[in-house]
Amino acid sequence: MPESSDVLVLSRLQFAFTISAHIIFPAISIGLANYLAVLEGLWLRTGKLVYRELFFFWSKIFAVGFGMGVVSGVVMSYEFGANWAGFSRVAGSVNGPLLTYEVLTAFFLEAGFLGIMLFGWKRVGARLHFLATVLVALGTLFSTFWILASNSWMQTPQGFEIVDGRIVPLDWLKIVFNPSFPFRLVHMSLAAFIVAATIVAGCAAWHLLNGRRSESITKSFSMAVGMILVAAPIQMIAGDAHGLNTLKYQPAKIAAIEGLWVTERGGTSLNLIGWPDMKEERTKYALSVPHLGSLILTHTWSGEIRGLKEFAPEDRPDSTIVFWSFRIMVGMGLLMLLLGLLGLILRLRNKLHDTRWYQHFALAMGPSGLIALLAGWITTEAGRQPWVVYGVLRTADAVSPLSSQQVGTSLLIFIIVYFLVFGSGIYYMLKLMAKGPHIGDQAAGVQGDVDKSIAQFDRRPMSRPTDPIDE
Amino acid sequence: MTIDLPIIWAGIIGLGVFLYLLLDGFDLGIGLLFPFFDREGERQVMLNTVAPVWDGNETWLVLGGASLYGVFPVAYSTLLPAVYLPVIAMLCGLIFRGVAFELRAKARRTQNLWDLAFIMGSGTATFCQGIILGTLLQGIKIVDGRFAGDAFGWLSPFSVFCGLGLLATYATLGCGWLVMKTDGDLQRRLRILLKPLSLVLLAIIGVVSLWTVLGQPAVAQRWFGGHNFLYFSPVPLLVLTCVIGIFRSADSSHDARAFILMEAVIFLGYSGLLISIFPNIVPPTLTIWAASAPRSSQIFVLVGMVIILPVILCYTALSYWVFRGKVRHGDEGYH
Repeated sequence: MPESSDVLVLSRLQFAFTISAHIIFPAISIGLANYLAVLEGLWLRTGKLVYRELFFFWSKIFAVGFGMGVVSGVVMSYEFGANWAGFSRVAGSVNGPLLTYEVLTAFFLEAGFLGIMLFGWKRVGARLHFLATVLVALGTLFSTFWILASNSWMQTPQGFEIVDGRIVPLDWLKIVFNPSFPFRLVHMSLAAFIVAATIVAGCAAWHLLNGRRSESITKSFSMAVGMILVAAPIQMIAGDAHGLNTLKYQPAKIAAIEGLWVTERGGTSLNLIGWPDMKEERTKYALSVPHLGSLILTHTWSGEIRGLKEFAPEDRPDSTIVFWSFRIMVGMGLLMLLLGLLGLILRLRNKLHDTRWYQHFALAMGPSGLIALLAGWITTEAGRQPWVVYGVLRTADAVSPLSSQQVGTSLLIFIIVYFLVFGSGIYYMLKLMAKGPHIGDQAAGVQGDVDKSIAQFDRRPMSRPTDPIDE
Repeated sequence: MTIDLPIIWAGIIGLGVFLYLLLDGFDLGIGLLFPFFDREGERQVMLNTVAPVWDGNETWLVLGGASLYGVFPVAYSTLLPAVYLPVIAMLCGLIFRGVAFELRAKARRTQNLWDLAFIMGSGTATFCQGIILGTLLQGIKIVDGRFAGDAFGWLSPFSVFCGLGLLATYATLGCGWLVMKTDGDLQRRLRILLKPLSLVLLAIIGVVSLWTVLGQPAVAQRWFGGHNFLYFSPVPLLVLTCVIGIFRSADSSHDARAFILMEAVIFLGYSGLLISIFPNIVPPTLTIWAASAPRSSQIFVLVGMVIILPVILCYTALSYWVFRGKVRHGDEGYH
């Protein structure tokens, strides 16, 4: 293999690894920040201490996730230049400004008010504190807005011209509101809410299974299952609309997702499972249903979908990867739908908190939001290949003039550091979840004892010396 | 007449990087001072002085990267590959210390490991930032808008010395911050540290300055050509005055003096750096005009920057104000 091809493969591996590790934390932060804003709002409105208890509990977990999101995010903001100099040189004029807007409107807002949100209980009034929580939550959503504008523009670029081999932006409204942006924004925001909901539900289920039935646990279980019941179907509708959009702008990605090689006349079947083989140009062991492909992707009985063979071999994404990553995402989505519906039935029968098999199911579904999120991103990113800016700049032309030794070394370092550091962080988040809302939180559940109970929580969330993480 | 956008942008990014040096400088400095203090109580107090603000401080680094990317993409895409390994090491250092912030207070058996992560992470990040600055000062080979040097071009005695220089700088700044934010025995011992730190700092500043001037004819020309030295001579004189002030503040009762003087030193040193390289953004050949993104990109971000940056400065100030005052051991409610 020539040197440059080694560097390309290693750089892609490194980017895939660092961004996959990164996105886990922002997704949790977006979902939890908004959940926390709702909890604090409910507490201020109703005065019920259960909401405050939950707020304190989840804010500790949020703080750890947020910190890891910050540090893994700094890596991303330098990797574009360090590993993808060609991309930065050609497209920095578009993606750089969008990222700068993200820093200005989101990162500073989150970091600026996070201190008050986590440590400011005694230093500011309840209203200003609530404002800080809401601003942190808003910051996470602004961040989603800009980074998805940036990513979507790379998927469906418009509003620019090319001068001397570099992209010159012409119309920023067209750049930000590019064709795939609205769909991706809705899909990702919902995904982040679902990530938080599945985690909260899984955590509550674990405590219920262990016989802890405090109000905060049953309450959070109901809230999370309710959220999944509402969000999972909406997410499917959003995903379906996103699929139609992708078919229009990135037909090769759809063909790869479906493992469809030949354009079928008079109605396209859908491969439920199979093994797309890029060399043999066919999908082996396919189990397919006639007309279902047309029905899902064009919403008609006999709509036509272009097969991969209509695209030159050097323009095809890797079907084996995206075929399966897509199915993992959809499979998780279907299971979530089931989780929500079963929850509704049990709720109507008043058995939501007493059904052990359902709690086992909810516990097992704890990581499902994250799995679906990662699988979805792998689908859309690997499906964009071999382009980094779709139809404009190939990934192979985007890579930095580095040696394979350099990139190999950095990849190795990142893998070791991430597993060590973020592994410990995730372990700690799980430990915190396993502890559950603090027993003191219930003891404090007496009206009028607000100051004392605040004092109990008003400290560095992870600094309670009584419960070390490593014993 | 059209506005010279690259000049305005060079000013804004210059300001952003300066704020980064000031703000993250002192919390990185805390990591450098960690080894000199007791594990049980003091280290946690030191951490707590920056707990509510450290991620905001680090955001200035992200702003620097992002705006360089958007406004001077040629500089961004040539500088970073040139200092690839130091950048990766810096990022890993920041990861270790960032997570140590969250976890050290909770750990019992592994607390010394997290302390080590915090110390080594802060040290590595600082040292690598110094190496990157040193490499920039020495110049980077660019051909046809692409980095064209070799993988270890950043490794030189000069850049290593710049790394050491930044270690001394951040340590002194962190010490000044802590003197301001603590009291009692901890503060007394921090004050004592100011003396050796300021002496080391003065020596290193002197060596780096001379080395830069002797080693880089272009820089020497900038400082000593024509009447330039007359205009620029206050810079070294003020640095000297400030460092002496820091040395003497060890015996004074003004808690904020060392911190403020050290901020002034950083401002002066940073001005010196800018005087040395301007109008290049990546010496010796890449100017801010040649590095610029298209006008439409620079205008688009400028609009947001002008509106939002003052707001950011306001709420950042609010956050510092909310958490003003001394931090003590076992402070209930602020941990």
